[in-house]
Amino acid sequence: MNSIGVILGITLMYSAPLVFAAMGGVISEKAGVINIGIEGMMTFGAFTGAATGYYLDNPWIGFLCAALAGGAISILHAVACVNFHANQTISGVALNLIGTGASLYLARILFDGATQTLPLKKKLPKLVSNADGTISLDSTAAIAFILVVLLWLYLYRTKGGLRLMAAGEHPEAVDSLGISVEKIRFCAVIASGILAGAGGAAMSLAVVSSFSQTVISGHGYIALAAVIFGRWNPASVALACLLFGFSQSLVVFLGNGTITIPSQVLAMLPYVVTIIVLIVMHGETRAPKASGVPYEK
Amino acid sequence: MNMEKLIKIQLTNIILATVVGFILGGIVLVLTGYNPLEAYGALFSGIFSKPKYIAQVVIKSTPIILTGLSFLVAFKSGLFNMGAEGQYLTGSIVAAIVGSKLDFPGGIHFLAVVVSAVTASALLGAVIGILKTKWGVNEVISCIMFNWFLLYLNNYLITTPWLKKPNAEASYEIHETAWSLVAGKWKTTEKGIAALSGSGSPFAEMLLRTDLNYGIVIAVIVAVIIYILYKKTTTGYRLQSVGANINASRLSGIPVEKNIICAMALSAAISGLAGALTITGMMPHRLSQLRVHEGYGFSGIAVALIGANSPIGCIFSGLFYSMLEYGSSSIQSKTGAASEIMDLVIGTIIFFIAISSLFRIVLKKKKGESKHE
Repeated sequence: MNSIGVILGITLMYSAPLVFAAMGGVISEKAGVINIGIEGMMTFGAFTGAATGYYLDNPWIGFLCAALAGGAISILHAVACVNFHANQTISGVALNLIGTGASLYLARILFDGATQTLPLKKKLPKLVSNADGTISLDSTAAIAFILVVLLWLYLYRTKGGLRLMAAGEHPEAVDSLGISVEKIRFCAVIASGILAGAGGAAMSLAVVSSFSQTVISGHGYIALAAVIFGRWNPASVALACLLFGFSQSLVVFLGNGTITIPSQVLAMLPYVVTIIVLIVMHGETRAPKASGVPYEK
Repeated sequence: MNMEKLIKIQLTNIILATVVGFILGGIVLVLTGYNPLEAYGALFSGIFSKPKYIAQVVIKSTPIILTGLSFLVAFKSGLFNMGAEGQYLTGSIVAAIVGSKLDFPGGIHFLAVVVSAVTASALLGAVIGILKTKWGVNEVISCIMFNWFLLYLNNYLITTPWLKKPNAEASYEIHETAWSLVAGKWKTTEKGIAALSGSGSPFAEMLLRTDLNYGIVIAVIVAVIIYILYKKTTTGYRLQSVGANINASRLSGIPVEKNIICAMALSAAISGLAGALTITGMMPHRLSQLRVHEGYGFSGIAVALIGANSPIGCIFSGLFYSMLEYGSSSIQSKTGAASEIMDLVIGTIIFFIAISSLFRIVLKKKKGESKHE
């Protein structure tokens, strides 16, 4: 029973970064821009969060700075995709390289030639926790799941959200109402950058307490997979993130070596499960219709 | 617009993007207190000043030329292969098993390793293709899932007594009979070492100091075959037409599903070949524990994009990418600027390839201005 509590706590902690980043992915793709640069934006956020958090000695300021940094770097993607009608995939690949490269380059300058930052004294706090770790809820996890609810309400219950989705389904229609598709898409990409940055910091400031080269390693792509797995619906996407978070928590939990099943074998399971679930669902996982298509008047 | 003109424009874009990438990289260097000329000088000498450096660039370009080709093949058929990492791992795992567990005479063993590795990864690709065509599983997501699955499989296999070398966090080495090193056996004998170090020729230095192997030759041959496939054969035409217009292909009687599966299998096979050739051609000729992916797949995407999605272009962009990556360590050792500056430069180059319409706009403006004068 105790183990279940521990695993649940770790699962939520590991899911939070994915949820942030995946919600970013949902916003961007719903508006019609594929963002495979999430990995780079997360990395840049993770670095900025850890670096500013360390120097200002406050993880919350670090978290905010990470979100801003993610938003700032995503301007590149927005300009490329919206203003230059660029191939969104190519731009995303570029962003991944730039985000990672910039983080490591700056880390070496700020931290004496190391590709990692020094650890913070305080991580982002847990909202609830007890001594033996059977009950624990990270503040990042709480924020992440509130975000899911808010995003769902925004998308399906507000005018702005419906317009955003229309920009990704049928941009001509949006345009014909005199609403700027460019503006919607631009803002959506920036929002996705902000969330990806926050997701990176949820990793470097809550899961661990510093940035290193491997802190973000494929999390952005997992978030991207979660977006497709959850069929672009914030609630199901969050569930997908939980599944992947669960897999990581199993690795961590069983890495301590009390159970005889090799941790690597268990670690494989969620990925196999995902594929099986997708086969069983056997549906068209239909992306927003105009996602990936540059809009030119 | 004819084809030749189109290629010329693309080439111009890539060259312009490269120039802009280096200029912006230079600006970053200046802003952070380094001399860009010195840094780029170090980069250049770190690539060309010694024969062994050139050899290293060529050796390291082999896997990414192949993963670049792999991405290209899928892309031509409208598929986005994010799974080169996993397919590469499939190739290297099978190569390590066949190379260390079976015994064949030299040469034949190498062939056996390559053929089995390529077959295994082609099967993986076919599975991804079937998942897509039969069950509507988006290839991006299945690729990412397989990447992680195979990473953990790799890590698991090398903990099993069957494959784990005692006292090492790695698998057994493959037998020398499966190596693809140039003069692999001879150059480690006393006689070989004496002959090589005595000769003083640049080629001898390459042999002695690097894992110079036949992989690059194979990579170039594969690129040429892919080029011919698309240029001269109806198979290639069908594969491409599925990517260009899926509905038109269907209406004209091309079996779309079959072509998607074949394209994915071919794409994966090439990534698997990259994995196999790394095991046969490079020290330590074995699998090791991986915490994260090695990045060959993602470098491959960059290579394909810089290579303008042309098979022959991939050879050059793979070499180019490898130069920047390998030379970047000299920047760090000689000037102190972080080697990651090259990731920034490569990222910037790709970014400007993505927004290459910018160049067209700028050029048009210039033309317009000169007309007014």
